[in-house]
Amino acid sequence: MIELVEYIAKALVDHPENVTVNQVEGEQSIILELKVDPEDMGKVIGKQGRIAKAIRTVVKAAAAKEGKRVVVEII
Amino acid sequence: MKVLEKQAKTVDEAVKLALDELRVSREEVEVDILEEGNKGILGFLSKSAKVRVTVKPKPEEIAVNFLKGILNFIDSDAEIKSSLEDDILKLEIESKDAGILIGKHGSNLDALQYLTSLVVNKNCKDFVRVVLDAENYREKREETLERLAIKMAEKVKETKKSIVLEPMYPNERRIIHTALQKDRRVTTKSVGKEPYRRIVISLR
Repeated sequence: MIELVEYIAKALVDHPENVTVNQVEGEQSIILELKVDPEDMGKVIGKQGRIAKAIRTVVKAAAAKEGKRVVVEII
Repeated sequence: MKVLEKQAKTVDEAVKLALDELRVSREEVEVDILEEGNKGILGFLSKSAKVRVTVKPKPEEIAVNFLKGILNFIDSDAEIKSSLEDDILKLEIESKDAGILIGKHGSNLDALQYLTSLVVNKNCKDFVRVVLDAENYREKREETLERLAIKMAEKVKETKKSIVLEPMYPNERRIIHTALQKDRRVTTKSVGKEPYRRIVISLR
């Protein structure tokens, strides 16, 4: 799942070299922490979080296929 | 991305050489002039022109590549068909298991469509509208929304009370507005802010 988040984020931002994703195992779910260049924050969040929501939706769909619960956090 | 550098007497000639070799038209490339070139005097001191020609990635290539990258994680057997008409890029996913790609009320399809549109328009100069579909979902959804619109309009006429629908995306709201435009007894309007904007159907 890390690769998927990284892949989407890199395609959206202007500084793909500064994209990192960390995985934190939660009790019931996996938390993926997405970090991007400060200049690119808007590119992964969007107006009213629309881009962030779309990323979460796609990652959730991929995770559901594997029977996992995944949360994407942008930090 | 294909890049080619060419030298010739003039800039135009150098560009033409590059286009012939790449077998593309002038609209499909971007040209950087590296050296202007100089005719000199009677052939003396002449300098040749040098250009760098870069083939611009096509929107359909960008879109299909991006989507394939995502689908590898979700449904690796899926195939994508694309067609570009005017400024509308239509993409169709063919898959045995399209359910997961569509999601509830098409939420997954909408998310994929939105991300693809962002990536395509980030890399292309002219705005392209991206429409993503799987198993004719869009057409079916349109029919469903039209039926819903007519049913709700009937209810408004019966009860003489306004009805507020669920929040919907602009493209879905447009379908409802259009479906009820000709109905002389009811009127539709959208209220609230995105993404919670919803349609109100009321008596005229």
